[in-house]
Amino acid sequence: MEKLLELLEQDCTMSTAQLAAAAGVPEAEAKAAIKKYEDERVILGYQAIIDWDRVRKETVTALIEVNVTPQSIDGFDRIAERIYQYDEVESMYLMSGSFDLAIIISGRTLREVAMFVGDRLSTIQGVTGTATHFILRKYKEKHLVFRPQEPEEREYIFV
Amino acid sequence: MNYDNILNEKIQGIKPSGIRKFFDILEEMTDAISLGIGEPDFVTPWHIRDAGIYSLERGHTKYTSNAGMLQLRREIAAYLNRRFDLQYDYNGQILVTVGGSEAIDLALRVLVNPGDEVIVPVPSFVCYGPLAEMAGGVPKYIELKAEDQFRLTPEQLRAAITDKTKVLVLPFPSNPTGGIMERRDLEAIAEVLRGTDIMVISDEIYAELTYGQRHVSLANLTDMYERTVVVNGFSKSHAMTGWRMGYVCAPKPIIAAMTKLHQFGIMSAPTTSQYAAVEAMRNGDGDIEHMREEYDRRRRYLVENLNRIGLSCFEPKGAFYVFPDIRSTGLTSEEFCERFLMEEKVAVIPGNAFGPGGEGFVRACYAASMKDIAESIARMDNFLANLRRKQGREG
Repeated sequence: MEKLLELLEQDCTMSTAQLAAAAGVPEAEAKAAIKKYEDERVILGYQAIIDWDRVRKETVTALIEVNVTPQSIDGFDRIAERIYQYDEVESMYLMSGSFDLAIIISGRTLREVAMFVGDRLSTIQGVTGTATHFILRKYKEKHLVFRPQEPEEREYIFV
Repeated sequence: MNYDNILNEKIQGIKPSGIRKFFDILEEMTDAISLGIGEPDFVTPWHIRDAGIYSLERGHTKYTSNAGMLQLRREIAAYLNRRFDLQYDYNGQILVTVGGSEAIDLALRVLVNPGDEVIVPVPSFVCYGPLAEMAGGVPKYIELKAEDQFRLTPEQLRAAITDKTKVLVLPFPSNPTGGIMERRDLEAIAEVLRGTDIMVISDEIYAELTYGQRHVSLANLTDMYERTVVVNGFSKSHAMTGWRMGYVCAPKPIIAAMTKLHQFGIMSAPTTSQYAAVEAMRNGDGDIEHMREEYDRRRRYLVENLNRIGLSCFEPKGAFYVFPDIRSTGLTSEEFCERFLMEEKVAVIPGNAFGPGGEGFVRACYAASMKDIAESIARMDNFLANLRRKQGREG
């Protein structure tokens, strides 16, 4: 059934019938498996990947390195939770290497992002330092390349 | 000038394909879907493209040896051994060609004497008959049957053989039917060929695209190696159609003759493409598996749904085509395709374009996105429903 997950990861707009045929399982079985994955939160959700730069004038995404002092009982989890509860936080990961947490946040303006870091993030107890890197251009996300459709020169040959 | 008197008679006798008119219509259409072209929808894997680019950066812009770069021939020999258990000596048994098509052309030209008969099973890719004619041969067509899953049967072959038969073309896995020849089917063909001098051009360009079992080459069978010319290439297996990279393997005297012709007509296959092909052979097996798995998903979906909406379709086990039976609609293949294109804006190819045995069938290529395939099914369903309604009124 992992095949279903691979197919959904590629394109979650496929119908259950399509998924079932492509995975080579009966439709009812595919439907039940997907339901189970959803219930168990193996499948967290379904979202579109959007090139916002082509729609809005200004939109800002930043990657923030955060150093923290881990809490004694829950380690990094407790402090991570305090951070990711903010809606502004899009993604967050615990990292190996020179900093502890990587956070990706999106805002409408540079100011908005800077305010979040200064007013909210830095003041959380246990956060010892941050470094904000603004994303200048997105090239690729989840295997999808950010590039407008080039006009296609269609020439057909008979093969 | 009257060019009819100037042009070679044989080339004048060869009719251009009627398919062009469909493509002309298609090119004018917006939001049309094409399942018409037999070409992978994948771009060549990046590491292979990169190897081509790197060869240019390094300044590898000259001719290679006529037979193709030594390292490429070595890699091809290793690949054929690894994947299909075929043994060919890179030194004298392998020629790198400009696509599989050049290899087919060369093979026919070095084997056929004027008046020799070339047996061509149809429906099949359109090049064999015309190339056989240009080589001075006489194509003899065997009509493969849907009830045989478009396999060549020993009875059909035996009936087609005369004392003029020189070559049998064996085009499996098949474009357009998706049919394959399993080992037992080949054994039966080999039995007919044993004791004759008939040569076989085995076009194995889709060898990597079989589903459920590995492709078997005729050259693997007892006594068949000496009479088999194996044609293969990178177009379908590695999504490299535009690079024009093919190769052909055969006993040394045949490759020597083909190389002679190749050096006059072509000189050497494109150098950049050969460097890319080396990378494809060395590190491309994973790409093959990945693409085959993708095609397989689409294949299963398409076959299941064509049958569901009422077009009977045998399960194709090779290549990337389905070949549904449209006789229940009462339309000819061409009528079907023309109306389907005009009414629903989906291009599929009439089966009769691939020879007489293809009438009553259409070819749809599933080397297309799942989205396009799903949409095509919906449109096909609609088309058939409308057709039945109209026919009901008329009837």
